[in-house]
Amino acid sequence: MDFELTDDQVALSDGIRDLCQGRFDIDTVRGLADCGGVDRRLWAELADTGVFSLVVPEEDGGVGLGWAEAGLVFEQLGRSLVPGPLVGTLLASGWTDDAVVGLIERPIGPALVEYPDVIDALLVVDKDGVWRVDAADLSFEAAHSVDPLTPVGRVAVLPQGEAVVDYCYGWANQAVFLYSALQVGLATGARELAVAYAQERQQFGKPIGQFQAIKHKCADMYSREEVARAALYYAGCVMDATHGPGLPAGPGDYLYFEGCTIDPGDARGDREHQVMVRAISGARILAAEAADHNGKDCVQVHGGMGFTWEIDAHLYLKRAWALTPCFGSLDEHAERIAAMV
Amino acid sequence: MDIRFTAEEATFRDELRAWLTDVLPTLGDPPDSNDWPARREWDMGWQRKLYDAGYAGINWPSEFGGRGSTPTEHLIFLEETTRMGAPYVGMNFVAQLHAGPTLILEATSEQQARHLPAMLKGEEVWCQGFSEPNAGSDLASLSTRAIRDGDHYVVTGQKIWTSFGHVADYCELLVRTDPDAPKHRGITWLICPMDLPGIEVRPITTVAGSSEFCEVFFDEVRIPVENRVGDENDGWRVAMVTFSFERGTAFISELLGTLNQLADMADIARNTSCNGSLAWDDDEIRREIGRLQAEYDALWALTKRVVSQAQRTGMPGPGGSVFKLYYADVKKRMADLAHRMLEREALVFGSEAGDEQTGGDMVASRLYVLSLSIAAGTSEIQRNIIGERILGLPKER
Repeated sequence: MDFELTDDQVALSDGIRDLCQGRFDIDTVRGLADCGGVDRRLWAELADTGVFSLVVPEEDGGVGLGWAEAGLVFEQLGRSLVPGPLVGTLLASGWTDDAVVGLIERPIGPALVEYPDVIDALLVVDKDGVWRVDAADLSFEAAHSVDPLTPVGRVAVLPQGEAVVDYCYGWANQAVFLYSALQVGLATGARELAVAYAQERQQFGKPIGQFQAIKHKCADMYSREEVARAALYYAGCVMDATHGPGLPAGPGDYLYFEGCTIDPGDARGDREHQVMVRAISGARILAAEAADHNGKDCVQVHGGMGFTWEIDAHLYLKRAWALTPCFGSLDEHAERIAAMV
Repeated sequence: MDIRFTAEEATFRDELRAWLTDVLPTLGDPPDSNDWPARREWDMGWQRKLYDAGYAGINWPSEFGGRGSTPTEHLIFLEETTRMGAPYVGMNFVAQLHAGPTLILEATSEQQARHLPAMLKGEEVWCQGFSEPNAGSDLASLSTRAIRDGDHYVVTGQKIWTSFGHVADYCELLVRTDPDAPKHRGITWLICPMDLPGIEVRPITTVAGSSEFCEVFFDEVRIPVENRVGDENDGWRVAMVTFSFERGTAFISELLGTLNQLADMADIARNTSCNGSLAWDDDEIRREIGRLQAEYDALWALTKRVVSQAQRTGMPGPGGSVFKLYYADVKKRMADLAHRMLEREALVFGSEAGDEQTGGDMVASRLYVLSLSIAAGTSEIQRNIIGERILGLPKER
């Protein structure tokens, strides 16, 4: 066991971090709100870097890495507030030729579709599979999104679309994992912003970070983020171990994930699958709550300034909110885990 | 990142499991928790079995009689022993995890030869004399005085929260040797035999009614100078250096025990009525069980990260303070949830509480968890450590 980033993984994470800082500085990101959330030139740079083809095998033109690496990359994208339909575009990579791809679970009534002005196609996930709906077949009614970096449009009835695959389960789990990665990044970005402010802002003749009321809030932000990060990395490793190469092959030769109380006597596939689902749902709950709480605490640490449009705190919080109601509520994920306890 | 165990690690686990399968049925029933002589015999007997099987001092270097295992093997050891219900380290805690490592790093070869083999064989119980009534979170302000008198230090003062003080043979004792120096620079680390004249041990009764903690009073106790570890007035550094032995494994048994408890709780919920229907049919109870499981799974993953960092660099990552802070809060929530399910039976200690034998554990556990955010650095101190050492926020002082 070596549950620490490899040198290659550190280099990948640092590389994406550098890319984000160079191309998606906060002024650029704020500017993207004026063009539907996506600038095609910048989006193409992300694609050329391999952000969307990370998990596509090399022989199919992808980067050929695993979900653990995809988690690291999306964590950095979240940390820099990079907007756009990142999750849908990654999942569509290798399945469709579209450059900018939205993603949604097929709702029972009208749909709120993210990034309506910029997507080429929308992937719709339902219990029968995954469907591609061309953007030309969608007519949007304007809606005012709470998050300036996640514009939404209302669609009265989603067309059925053309079938991409006839199963949905893995797609939903992978989407949940990637949303979680973005949220761990958001929790990190919000904490970093709060800590930087606590170091420079002076009241009563001292930096406010010297007061325990603020220091302890920052410590709690870091704790949530670290625990969520551990859950995320664990989920990525479990996904790779479950799907990836190098699985033990013999009958009864199951991968043994420690700390899991599921009866090891279960059939190999069932147990592995349960461990993976539990890890993904767990990461989802912790990442979503870390992003939400850290966003709120970041506003609080900034005091009155935190309530202004000018300070970036609200962008982390709103993005956290935008990413949460996708592919199962947190209560549903908690139920999914409880069924395996 | 690879959470899979290597072939060597799997072999280590298989051998350990085979040994535990053989040895555990021979142990008999554990003693009553208030029978201290029997508990001592039980804990020391287990340590001797570990020694004979080559598992004693698992994280100690082999040149000092330890097994010299990697941090991951240490993790596997704690995981398997907890999973299979082996005895906990018990009153060997201080010798194995604190005093022993300190002697390895700082003691003379005579001191090492005198104590380390005895610790490994389960022949010496150690306790810790660090905290004082007026030196808790501010440990360095401790005031138990030691005045040099020829070949002896004459020690007068009071220690508190000394686990197993009433059954210990030796105490790792911090004393003030220079009252005029800055507080961190006037402290000395001594090996104190607990049978010296002038030592009085009084058990403290906890909120749970148990008595594992003691107060220890020192009245002109004469401790030979040769019992000093490290230089005079260098005891703070000696006490802190032990942390370099820490590899993120301190809470593994505790966490895995808690995971077992949560599985028991889910069973109770599926079989116990609460407000007229099955507890499991209560959405809030069921979801809270799912969330607790998610948080414990994440803390287990965090532990593996810290252990892997220790394996790579020789030092654990910063996750230790995070773990302790987060875990204390989550475990309190679990205890409260248990009580919601047990309803009025939560008022009763012991096996008659609830409809499962674990009901009694839950009652005691709700009290025990109060200490998790206090012992070994309060949650407030952990937040200071995270804020100052990890996040770089300015110190208060």
